[in-house]
This record gives sequence, C-alpha cells and structure tokens, in this order.
Amino acid sequence: MKYVDEYRDGTAAEQLAGAIARSVTRPWTIMEVCGGQTHTIVKYGIDRVLPPQIELVHGPGCPVCVTSLEMIDRAHAIASRPDVVFCSFGDMLRVPGSRGDLLQVKSQGGDVRVVYSPLDAVNLAAAHPNRKVVFFAIGFETTAPPNAMAVWMARKRRLTNFSVLVSHVLVPPMITAILQAPGNRVQAFLGPGHVCTVMGCGEYEPIACRYRVPIVITGFEPLDLLEGVLRTVQQLEAGKAEVENPYARAVRPEGNPASRRLIEDVFEVCDRKWRGVGLIPKSGFKLRYEYRDHDAERIFEVDDIETHESSLCISGQVLKGLKKPHDCPAFGKQCTPQTPLGATMVSAEGACAAYFAYGRHLETNKSETRNPKSERNSKSELPMTETVRF
Amino acid sequence: MCLGIPGKVLETYRENDVLMGKVDFSGIRKGVCLEHVPQARPGDYVLVHVGFALSVLDEEEAGRVFAFLKEMNQLEELKVPPP
Repeated sequence: MKYVDEYRDGTAAEQLAGAIARSVTRPWTIMEVCGGQTHTIVKYGIDRVLPPQIELVHGPGCPVCVTSLEMIDRAHAIASRPDVVFCSFGDMLRVPGSRGDLLQVKSQGGDVRVVYSPLDAVNLAAAHPNRKVVFFAIGFETTAPPNAMAVWMARKRRLTNFSVLVSHVLVPPMITAILQAPGNRVQAFLGPGHVCTVMGCGEYEPIACRYRVPIVITGFEPLDLLEGVLRTVQQLEAGKAEVENPYARAVRPEGNPASRRLIEDVFEVCDRKWRGVGLIPKSGFKLRYEYRDHDAERIFEVDDIETHESSLCISGQVLKGLKKPHDCPAFGKQCTPQTPLGATMVSAEGACAAYFAYGRHLETNKSETRNPKSERNSKSELPMTETVRF
Repeated sequence: MCLGIPGKVLETYRENDVLMGKVDFSGIRKGVCLEHVPQARPGDYVLVHVGFALSVLDEEEAGRVFAFLKEMNQLEELKVPPP
C-alpha cells in the first residue's frame, strides 16, 4: 500500500482497496476508458494497490492521441496558408504530423494561436473580418457542446470567415470496436464520467447487455477509481453485466439534454479514423450539411496528404491496450515529452506522457514484472485489425 | 481540455443573445457560456469545459475537484489569455 498515504483520504482508499481484495477470486481485465483516469491511476499508483488478479488496461480515451495523422497533416496544410488564423487547444500544437508539428508551422510564419475556448476563436473571427479563422475542433463528447456552440454562434452572427476543422470522436463505438476485436480480453469498463455528464448513461446499456460486460461510470479522483474498480469486480464476480453510475454527483442518467440537442442540431455521426487504431464506423461527428459554410475541410480542400508515422513508435498498440508505454524501445530515450515520436507522449492524458511524468521510464525493465500477469499479456495480444468492422 | 474545471459564477449577462457569465477559477476570471445551465446564479459553482458550462456543482464538490485538478497539473488551459 505504498501509495495509499498520498490519497487525500487514505482510510477510505485503504477500505476500498481491502474490499476489492476480498471480492476477487480470479483474474479480471478492466479497461479505464478515459485518459484523465489513466493519468490518475499512474500518478497515484492505483494499479499497484490492486490485487494481482486485476489488470487495468489503458483505453484510447485521449482525443489528442487518436486524432488521425491525415487530420493533423490537413491542419498543418490549412495553418500554413497566409490568409488563415489557425486556432487550437494548446496540446495539439506539439502532436507530430508527417512533416513536423503545428509549432513548426508557427515558427515558419503561420498564424497559429492557442485558445482556451472555441468561443474565443469565434470572437477572433469577429475582430478580424478579413482573416479566415479556423478552429481545430477535436475531442470526445465533452468538447462537442462548446464546439457546436461556436459553430452555432458563428452562423447566428453571420461570421462567414469562421470555420472548424472537425475531428470529433465518440466513446460508445470505440468500446464496441474493442469488444468486437478478435482476441479481445477486456471484460469490463470504467466508463468516462465527464462524457456521461453530457450524454448520460443510456447509450451504454445496449453495449453492456449485448456483450455481457459491466460498465461502471467512474470519475477521475483516486477514490472514484477505486470505487469504480470495486463495483466492476463485484459485478464480474457475480456474473452481472450492468451499467452502474456511482458517479451520480456529476452524472445524471439523461446527461445534459440542452447540450445533446445542440450537438444533434450541429453535428451528425460519421465514420472516423483513429490514429493507431484504424477506421471505426460511426465513431465520430462531422458538421451537418446546413453548417457546410463553416466546414474547414470543405472550404480548404487539401488533397495531397501522404502520411508518414515514426517507425519506432508503438503508440497504436498502447492505445489498443496491447502494450504498455515502457514496452516501447524508444520510450524515455528517443521519445520524451520534449521530443515526442507519437501523440501519446504529447498530451497529459496520453498513457506514455503519464508513465513518463511519474517516472515509470526509470523503473527496471518491462511493464509486467510485478505479477503473474506478464504471462497472460504476452500470450494474448489483441490483434485488432486496421479497420475494425461491426 | 477533456476534464471540466469548476468555477464560481460572479455575474451573468447576455452577449450576442447568448447567456454568459463571468466565472472565477481561484483568481483567474473568464467569460463562460452558461446557455446550458440557465439555472446558474451568481454564487453558484459550475463545471466548465473549454469556456462552456455543462453542469452546476455544490461548493464542496467544486472545491474538491478544483484542488484535485491543481494537484494533477490540469489547470494549465486556464492560463491561456483571451485573444
């Protein structure tokens, strides 16, 4: 219980860890969906206070990490245009594309700006009517309402010089794809708390039912994660497969209905390619036809994209839960937060960046030295195909 | 960017026909869209994703989540100045 003292409420954490240990009778593999959860797990060593039968697998829930290379390259091409002011969340500036990152575009004279909110980019468009302001609209369901509101406001204010480069991704199709992949070994999910603040819990019910997996909506603090694991293990041990919401203080079953209506008005579901994972059908949002005048992908046609990934980087396998960051030969050596080879080393929510930040690159050897899980891992790599079909 | 940050509503106003609020994040003040939490009043705490409030929180929860995000170095985005 090395790390338990660091929790704000050590006693509660110890009780939860004890309850988990008492509940477990056999090995279980649980995926935490959200990158924010991964960050907490690694920082507080939650994976190390769990009994050895429980393996936490890090999910691809980091929007910076899964934005496709094609989309990053498209962003670079648009941001390099002299008539464009390209606005983005800060994390995206250092994501490696085929030919460098957005910071390099900026250093070569591109007008690339970090904004706190897409609504700031709308105001920028209003202040500079002669410039074309483009916002890089990435994210899961949590950033969909602010991004949708930005487009909605731009149309209402008749800001024809504002557009968005949309690369939204969705959680339910992603976890469905993981469950459908041949050789999948994920048996339960810690669901993404803040995504459900927007969307509610309803869309997870059919997944839990169809694939017989418990899905426990979980927050981001150490005690939330321990409680999520406990509820998940209790369901697994009892043979149940339900959606549970112990994070009710932040998540209502229906989510935020106004936000869902706005998303529905501005976006429609589309197929989306995920970096390192491949195409997942119906796993993203794109702008509806009615908003096409604000669609940067349509306005700035970029055809000649030839992508090139680092040959060393294994972030695709990390995102799919096949490998842990320190299984990568480049981890902490050629690849660091200062010189990232892959997107998972850039974002605070990326598994590689979290492992690096909390010193796991300094630890001896490979990931699976702590318990007998190593054998299980090496035998059952999840051969997710380039295109995950339903 | 993915995790919401709690802040305290100082005042509400309309801007371009949209409900907005001045929100305090432990000393950093930002204009936040309150259109989807119309019940929020000055003194209330809201959970804000990139300038957009998604839910109302009680003070205790807001304080705890804010302290946690600070500990996790997840408040950097608040330092980005308005354009």
